[in-house]
Amino acid sequence: MTDPFNPYLPEVATILETVQETHNIMTFRVRFDDAAKMAAFTFGPGQVGQLSAPGIGESTFVINSPPTRMDYLQFSVMRTGEVTGKLHNLVAGDKIGVRAPLGKPFPVEDMKGKDIVFVGGGIGMAPLRTLFLYMLDNRADFGKIRLLYGARSPQDMAFSSELPEWTSRKDIETTLTIDRDAEGWEHKVGLIPNVLLEMAPSAENCVAITCGPPIMIKFTLEALKKLNFPDEQILTTLEKRMKCGIGICGRCNIGTSYVCVDGPVYTYAQLKALPNEL
Amino acid sequence: MAAKYISREKLPEWLKALAAERRVLVPVEEGGSVVFRAYDPARAPVFGSDATAPPKGAVFPASQELFSYACGKEGEDANPTLKLEAHTEATPTVVFGSKPCGARGFLIFDRVYMGKKYPDPYYIAAREATVFVTMACDRVENTCFCHWVGSGPADAAGSDLLLTPVDGGYLVEAVSDKGAPFLDSPVLADGAGKTAEAEAVKAKAREALGEAPDIADAPKALLGLFDDLEFWRDQSDKCVSCGACTYLCPTCYCFSITDEGAGLAGKRVRSWDACMHFQFTLEASGHNPRPTKAHRLKNRVGHKFSYYPTLHDGLIACCGCGRCVKSCPVSVDIREIVQNAVAKAKA
Repeated sequence: MTDPFNPYLPEVATILETVQETHNIMTFRVRFDDAAKMAAFTFGPGQVGQLSAPGIGESTFVINSPPTRMDYLQFSVMRTGEVTGKLHNLVAGDKIGVRAPLGKPFPVEDMKGKDIVFVGGGIGMAPLRTLFLYMLDNRADFGKIRLLYGARSPQDMAFSSELPEWTSRKDIETTLTIDRDAEGWEHKVGLIPNVLLEMAPSAENCVAITCGPPIMIKFTLEALKKLNFPDEQILTTLEKRMKCGIGICGRCNIGTSYVCVDGPVYTYAQLKALPNEL
Repeated sequence: MAAKYISREKLPEWLKALAAERRVLVPVEEGGSVVFRAYDPARAPVFGSDATAPPKGAVFPASQELFSYACGKEGEDANPTLKLEAHTEATPTVVFGSKPCGARGFLIFDRVYMGKKYPDPYYIAAREATVFVTMACDRVENTCFCHWVGSGPADAAGSDLLLTPVDGGYLVEAVSDKGAPFLDSPVLADGAGKTAEAEAVKAKAREALGEAPDIADAPKALLGLFDDLEFWRDQSDKCVSCGACTYLCPTCYCFSITDEGAGLAGKRVRSWDACMHFQFTLEASGHNPRPTKAHRLKNRVGHKFSYYPTLHDGLIACCGCGRCVKSCPVSVDIREIVQNAVAKAKA
């Protein structure tokens, strides 16, 4: 007997590899044990998954690998609470549960032919990474691509093994920044919104995508407005406490919008139309 | 289908016949409250007044296993294993003697749990396995306000059979296809002679409720007051964040998911949760989008009378049973809040 689809039941997955990105961010590369399900799995950049640490619980993380690279699904987890604490103790070969994909992806079709500015802060780089790599893998579909990625210090910068490629590629423009100068640092020093204003990307035919800590997003939005980006051309991706991830359990709503199914990707215009409850 | 009749004396016989084939839940007194429990001929059901707690748990248990898990490792060099096993089957059940508001609550669940994209297999199995034999109200309480939300003392929405108290017994009407076969019971007598009396009982109860205020503007009014935290502080001043309102609400459908394990095995369970609690939206970072009881009460009232109706064709996510009013230890009254909001928006 085949049971009806059970949206609460995770797929069992195996951790192929872990990467200690920073002192509190760890990356997990996983594959479903069911090879047929892994082969059939599709998602869009920006969609999220629920990772299960059996006995502890589940939390929501963006799939930060792009759908163009399906050897594994990658999640980067900042150690913050019980579930993330447990996840950080796992090693390659361990099993976890995965419920994915959940939520809505970035509207990639609408971005084709446009210039793109990514503005990521700290762990906020994770949801940008999937879209960024998707665009690199479909480079001809997009105009100028710029990435501004900032962290408190060089040690707080995740994806450090990829940064040399990102900064040296000629078909993109990558700017890295840290809050305060550090020895041996060869890139920018300064807060992300200030560096963004210096970069001064033209808003014409350009989409800005930003994610990071709330205070950074707040000032980045202000900077983008100063640069005349229309609200419809600014995208961000939200976080809320979630349980079910499928629009039922009732805690991630902002008025009528459920972040788990209607988000997590929103334009600034959409956010402004929602009640103020971030 | 022709209505039937059953006398009060014969009722236990019908209940026994029903209980022989399935779980039958009836309202009984327990610890000073009236709650739904499995029918026991030794305990007389309480049909006169509305139950303290609605029959919500019949379809949506207060705590329910989603699946069991077992982690393992066979020997030193073997790979770890993880086995998950889910059971969505439900027990065939009759909820007997709920008031219309208790059954109507599931209409609000249905829109969310039987959605197109993510139908909830646990809820759907339980909903399909449950028959509601609902008791129309022959009297109303001063906390009743079902007529505000498009319902009434004889509302059959969400029910399968409707009983109406008449002299000596009850008129029994089938109000759904699922309910119709139950009228074939040999215990039931012909009810043709009782229908006029039953209609009079229904009309009298409806009349006793009086006129409902006009709250058609509530969705807009509540949204308009979203940033008026002073208004919400006034409304929530008395609230002690106990969550009794959500626990007793037939339409409150929010839940939490937690793991309960011992050693390498355990289960994932979902349990009723309450938006009136600080922890409901508390994020791991320490940030809380609804940090005060004013924010939380705003969400509860806003969800029922604004967000939900906006998303679901105007259906109000409240059945007007008044349990939250009656059981609130500090007399927070959702009727007042909605009316205050509508009045404030008009002013």
